[in-house]
This record gives sequence, structure tokens and C-alpha cells, in this order.
Amino acid sequence: MSDTPSSRQSAFDRRAFMAGAAGSALVPITARAAAEEARVPAAQDPALPVDVTLRVNGKDKRLHIDARTTLLDALRDHLKLTGSKKGCDHGQCGACTVLIDDRRVVSCLTLALAAEGQEIATIEGLATDDRLHPMQQAFIDNDAFQCGYCTPGQIMSAIACVKEGHAGSEADIREYMSGNICRCAAYPNIVAAVKQAAPEIMKG
Amino acid sequence: MRPFSYQRATDPDTAVRALGAAAAANNPLTQALAQPLAGGTTLIDLMKLDVMRPAAIVDINPLAGGWSAIEPKGDGVRLGALAKMSDVAAHDEIQRSYPVVANSLKLAASAQLRNMATLGGNVMQRTRCSYFRDVSYENCNKRNPGSGCAAMDGVNRMHAVLGVSDQCIATYPGDFAQALIALDATVEITGKSGARTLPFAQLHRAPGNTPEIETTLQPGELISAFSISGRWPRSVYLKARDRQSYEFALSSAAVALDVQNGTIRDARVALGGVATVPWRAREAEALLKGQTFDDGLAQRVADAAFADAKGRRHNSFKIALGKRVVARALQQAVTMEI
Repeated sequence: MSDTPSSRQSAFDRRAFMAGAAGSALVPITARAAAEEARVPAAQDPALPVDVTLRVNGKDKRLHIDARTTLLDALRDHLKLTGSKKGCDHGQCGACTVLIDDRRVVSCLTLALAAEGQEIATIEGLATDDRLHPMQQAFIDNDAFQCGYCTPGQIMSAIACVKEGHAGSEADIREYMSGNICRCAAYPNIVAAVKQAAPEIMKG
Repeated sequence: MRPFSYQRATDPDTAVRALGAAAAANNPLTQALAQPLAGGTTLIDLMKLDVMRPAAIVDINPLAGGWSAIEPKGDGVRLGALAKMSDVAAHDEIQRSYPVVANSLKLAASAQLRNMATLGGNVMQRTRCSYFRDVSYENCNKRNPGSGCAAMDGVNRMHAVLGVSDQCIATYPGDFAQALIALDATVEITGKSGARTLPFAQLHRAPGNTPEIETTLQPGELISAFSISGRWPRSVYLKARDRQSYEFALSSAAVALDVQNGTIRDARVALGGVATVPWRAREAEALLKGQTFDDGLAQRVADAAFADAKGRRHNSFKIALGKRVVARALQQAVTMEI
């Protein structure tokens, strides 16, 4: 692997910058600089874990994690909610889809830190007691999966697709579900499942 | 991913100051040690790939309260830079008066990514050139200036045919920017000495000899809004791609026309998927003005739009495809009912 891009940044050393960012509040140069500095929220030391509270499926979860942790990794590795799946880890497959404040997003490109203070909904929170969510039931009824790996992401995405009003026709469902890839190609059955569940979800 | 410090900016001053803290070493901007985080769909992706290596992340999402409005401005519209792609695409007035804008957003990425990605971040997205995105290739003038270009004689089917240089043929991947450049939009930029306004056409820089410098944004500056004058109900965004949905353009056209009694009074044509930057085809537009539309004219306009195109081994098909996309987009715009 080439390391050239960082060596070209020698005029401004990365390590020195990080140290400076972490400790800059301690070395005010002038009174004015100190006053300005005080208005910038302190950046955390990148070498240390951070405290973050995530609200997942209605419950607050306190975590002590590396700042680099994505929401997907926080869910899977730290909260043991392994329903959300890691497919590509680059926002291309949709297997990691969750809802944040009722909007579908890919959790692999969301920093856990940036999701603090928002309502996160995952596949684990859908069923109530012994009753499946209508979209879960529709996926079973329509045989809308084969290997099942993409299914949690498909279901979370499908619920949002319906609530957005994008499940009015098969063409709309195909277009607005295109962010969820199924390598088994269960697409026709997924469209059927979304169609089946849509009226019940809209009814509330 | 390399370690970084994370901080939330709760007001624009804080954001600009935090980003400007590393200003001395912020050239080129794309390799700046402090990067703003909005939707994160480009930044987090490229950090995972080790293409972008910021030491500090400044989360500007808390600015959305003031920077995400879609509001009338004069005879046109102002779009806050932190508005989400999905919200702008679904906005009634945008769909009615600027279909080229609404459709450029709707046809981009996926529903999930459009919920995350902001307008400002969208125009700043980096190329999808596979050699740029894969750090195991040393030869990338954009990532590693002076190292050469692996795409030039490599697998360059997705690469640009317009605005290319002998240093870089990486395609500008976005869609929304074509709509903005076609409609003569302006971009509002907030920096440490306040806001400045720039024609959107002056935001991106063709690669030339410095493909690592992609925009005219200065260190510590943030895009805060876009503005469009007038209304463009007769406008179209047509996108040709390898699959029907959720794919980057092989060739796209943003077309806006003002037609009165069969005569084209004003015409805008911008091209995507085929150029290194958002591309305005002004020579093509000139052929349309004052004319009555027919298929022959569409063909001449399409030829003019690609007159300077330079294909390489795998991407010459984009010239023929691009001409057809332009001609069809013009036909759609002329015949649309408004």
C-alpha cells in the first residue's frame, strides 16, 4: 500500500495536529485567542474511547467506544443486536439498513457518535410479544428471501418505503427498494411482500 | 480507518473555526486534515478505503436547523446546503418549477443514501474512478499528485471524455450539479469572514495539471446554500446507466428550455457521466436559441455538445451514447406538458 499521500503532508504533521486538537485549550496564546478557543467544543483525544448514549428500539444504551465505530458495528459488536447485517460495509448493498428518526439510512456509513440523541429502530424492535410486524409476516407469506442475509435490511427499508408513500405501484416499489440488493434475486417476491403489507402498515 | 478527533459544531462560526484550525496545511482541500461531516456517505466511505485520512471530523449536522430550508428567493428559490436529497426531491414546488432538479436528485443513489446525503455534500462528492478509490494503485494524480494515472490506459469504461487532461480522466459522478449548472445557480459559501456568493459554474475546477484540486473552496469554507433564479418548469434530467436504478450515469443530460409559440427563446444543456466536472454545453445551447425544434436540430445540438470529446480505449461509446441522451432529453423537454 502506498503511503505517499500522508508523507506529502509533512508541512503539517498529522500527529502534531491531533495532539494540538486534543490539547489546544490548554495553551492560549492571547486572551482573544483563548476566548475564541473556548467557544469551540473540545475535540476528544482520538486515542481514547468516547462515551455515547444510543437510543435503540426505545431504550437508552450507554456505550464506551472508539470514535471510529459505525452505528452498524455499535449495534452488532457492542449491543449484540446482530439482526442488522454487514454486507459491503460501503453503503452499496443496504443489508445494514435501520431507521433513524423514522427515516431509512445505511448504518455502515453512519458514525455511532453522530447518531446520538436520535431514535434508532432495528429489525429486533419490530415484533411485539409473539406477533410479527406485518412486513415480517408478508416476507414469510410471500417467500421473499432465500438465504435471508439481506432480509433485515429489506424489511426495514420496505417499512420506510411504504410510510414514504412509495409503495403505490410495483414500479415504485422496485425503484424505491433499489438500495437493497438481494444476491439470491428474490426480487419478485419482495415486491409482492411489500404490496401485501402496505395497506396494513398505512392503516397503522 | 485511521483515528480522528470528533467534535460537533453547533453554529457556523464554530464549524468554520474548527475547520480552519488546520488551514496552514489544508491544500489541497481534499486532503485537509480537518473535514466536515454532513451525510457522511462519501467521507466515511473514503475513510474506510483509506483514500481520505482526516485527523479531525467536524460534525456540521447541528447546523441543519438554519441551513436546510427550501424557500422562495426573489423570483426563484434558495436551497439550504444541509437539506437532504430526499426532501428536496419530494418538495412540491421543486417538482413543479424545477423538474430537472427534482429528478436529478430522485435518480441519484438509493432511498437510504438520499435520506442521509445533503445538497452541499452531494456537489462535493468525489469521483468513483476505481483507481482513485483503491489505494493499492500508486498511480493516481488526484490522490497522489505526480504519480501518473492508472486509468489512462487501464479499464476506463466509466471515465470522462470531456474536460479531460493528460493527468486525469476521472468522471465527476454527481447528478444534481448538472441541474445547478444548467440553471445558472449560484452557491453561497460561508467562511471565517462571512458569506460569499459564486456562480455554481465556478465551484468545480477541471483537472488540468492539478487534479488533486477539485474546487475553488478555500480551507475552512463551507457551502451554506444554492440559489436558482426564475422558474424552469420545462426541464428534464435524463440519465442512462448500466442498470435501471441505483447506478451512476454513463451519460446524462440536464436540459431546460423556454419555448414561446414554438420558438426556443432560451436553452440550457448540461452533461453528466461524461465529463471531469459538472459540464455546461454552451456551444450546443447557442444552436437552439431562436430556432424551432426538429430532429435534425436535436442531432446538430448533440454533435456540438460532444465536438471536443476525447474517447479512450473503453469509453468511446460514451460519445455516441451521450449524443443520443442529449437528443432524447431535448425531445422530452420540448414535448413535456407544463
